[in-house]
Amino acid sequence: MKIGIVCPYSWDVPGGVQQHIRDLAEALIDEGHEVSVISPADDDTPLPPYVVGAGRAVPVPYNGSVARLSFGFLSASRVRRWVKDGGFDVLHVHEPGIPSLSLLACWVADGPIVATVHTAIPRSRVLLVTFPVLRTGLEKINGRIAVSEAARTTLVEHIGGDAVVIPNGVATRRYRKAEPLPGWPGTGGAIGFLGRLDEPRKGLSVLLKAFEILAPQRPGLRLLVAGPSSDASEILDKVPAELRDRIALLGQVTEEDKVRVLHSVDVFCSPNTGGESFGIVTAEAMAAGLPVVASDIDAFRQLLRGGQAGELFAVGDAADLARAAGRLLDNRARRAELSAAALAAVAQYDWSVVARDVFSVYETVVLGSTQVKVAAANGEFP
Amino acid sequence: MITDIVIVVAAALFIGVYVSWRAGRIDRLHARVDMAQAALDVTLLRRGAVALELATSGLLDPATSLLLAEAVHGTRGGDRPRDLAESDLTRALRAAFSQPGFRSSLTGKEGADELLAEVEAAAHQVFLARKFYNDMVAVTRDARRRPLARVLRLSGKAKAPEFFEMDDSLIGENTTTSLGR
Repeated sequence: MKIGIVCPYSWDVPGGVQQHIRDLAEALIDEGHEVSVISPADDDTPLPPYVVGAGRAVPVPYNGSVARLSFGFLSASRVRRWVKDGGFDVLHVHEPGIPSLSLLACWVADGPIVATVHTAIPRSRVLLVTFPVLRTGLEKINGRIAVSEAARTTLVEHIGGDAVVIPNGVATRRYRKAEPLPGWPGTGGAIGFLGRLDEPRKGLSVLLKAFEILAPQRPGLRLLVAGPSSDASEILDKVPAELRDRIALLGQVTEEDKVRVLHSVDVFCSPNTGGESFGIVTAEAMAAGLPVVASDIDAFRQLLRGGQAGELFAVGDAADLARAAGRLLDNRARRAELSAAALAAVAQYDWSVVARDVFSVYETVVLGSTQVKVAAANGEFP
Repeated sequence: MITDIVIVVAAALFIGVYVSWRAGRIDRLHARVDMAQAALDVTLLRRGAVALELATSGLLDPATSLLLAEAVHGTRGGDRPRDLAESDLTRALRAAFSQPGFRSSLTGKEGADELLAEVEAAAHQVFLARKFYNDMVAVTRDARRRPLARVLRLSGKAKAPEFFEMDDSLIGENTTTSLGR
């Protein structure tokens, strides 16, 4: 199938939507489909072969902050040309509710169109129902996908019509192999944590308390903590002074280093006390083949198959966490067992599986439809 | 003796008249600030209204329309302070108007020229009204700061007027657009 995907945000800026599109496109290409992505991008940005640049995105105020978006007649005519030359069987637009390429694509194209909504945009309702201009574009969408239940609710309430929920996938093979950081994991054992340090719901304080329990009996045990925080020294202040040099705070790490961090520890800990709908970081750790100790919240229980693919501990209970982590640290065979189980469990969230779900939406909307064409009524500009 | 009394009375009278004149002046300045503020308010509202009309006119592509409409929406009471929200609208308008070929893409469409001219005029009025308002505020604040005014509290309970700072350079300064005035 020939698939055209529209990305609303600048390709050179890291972001969740861009990453989603990259992983989806690559998974679809692996399945043997022909994929072309159009995205705003600086002219000198190196782009993967399947991405077509739509010109530089313009920084504009949007929703109280500055966003880099592509809009206007020139962008519209670029999308139009791309649609015309592409001969796509289906057009997949992302975030059509923000003023950028996706909305323009809906406007200039006719034919099977699938839209994915990533985030809730509460204010858009006013606008979406107000504008005939917007409505003509949005009404052309044949299939709607929401990446979460929350996004689906917004979509249903604000645009109308229903949507299928297809969550983000995990690009598992990207996590499979990496060089550990120098000196890690060492021989005394290492526990890893990823996430915002000063966000209480990420639960770092629970892990630090558990480390206080574990550390005295295991003189070589270390803690590797990666993630942004407003004040890292404040985090360490809570830990007894003699343990501080056994905790490495890396701050915010790049996507690449994140994988290295995962391969630098023996056990990964997700001490979240709530607020997780899926647990992407935990899934990534599983994809790296790490034995996981996670708090017993809904998202993790599901991800770890009720404890078969990782240890669960009572939410917020440092002593229970210490017990569970201790068991793993002291038992190499159990770690290997959980590592294999984690890899098997996370496979169902791999992009190859998720892309197949997306593809079945494509198949549904192309039924009885022709190729994507340039709309006759709109988009005629010099 | 008599002449001394006359001089003292005359001096007291003179000082009284002078002080009351100063107080009256400060009062008048505050009133003029209020008027200038009302005028600024009207021009901002007018600019928002015309910008929204442009956004919903169907003349622009939907992305630019949505961008403008969101910006106008932001100026109508949101959590964002007014000066920032109005500056956002300026930047959104600037982004729309500074697209290469923006004007030529609209020529010949019915009502386009009038509407663009109206947006430009409204934006220019904001620029002028804000300038006048800030001038008034400067003069008033200066008058309030004088020692006599401070010691005798000539401005009474009236609050010191605040300057209104925002990005209103839709036209010209930061961009080389066809919008130059």
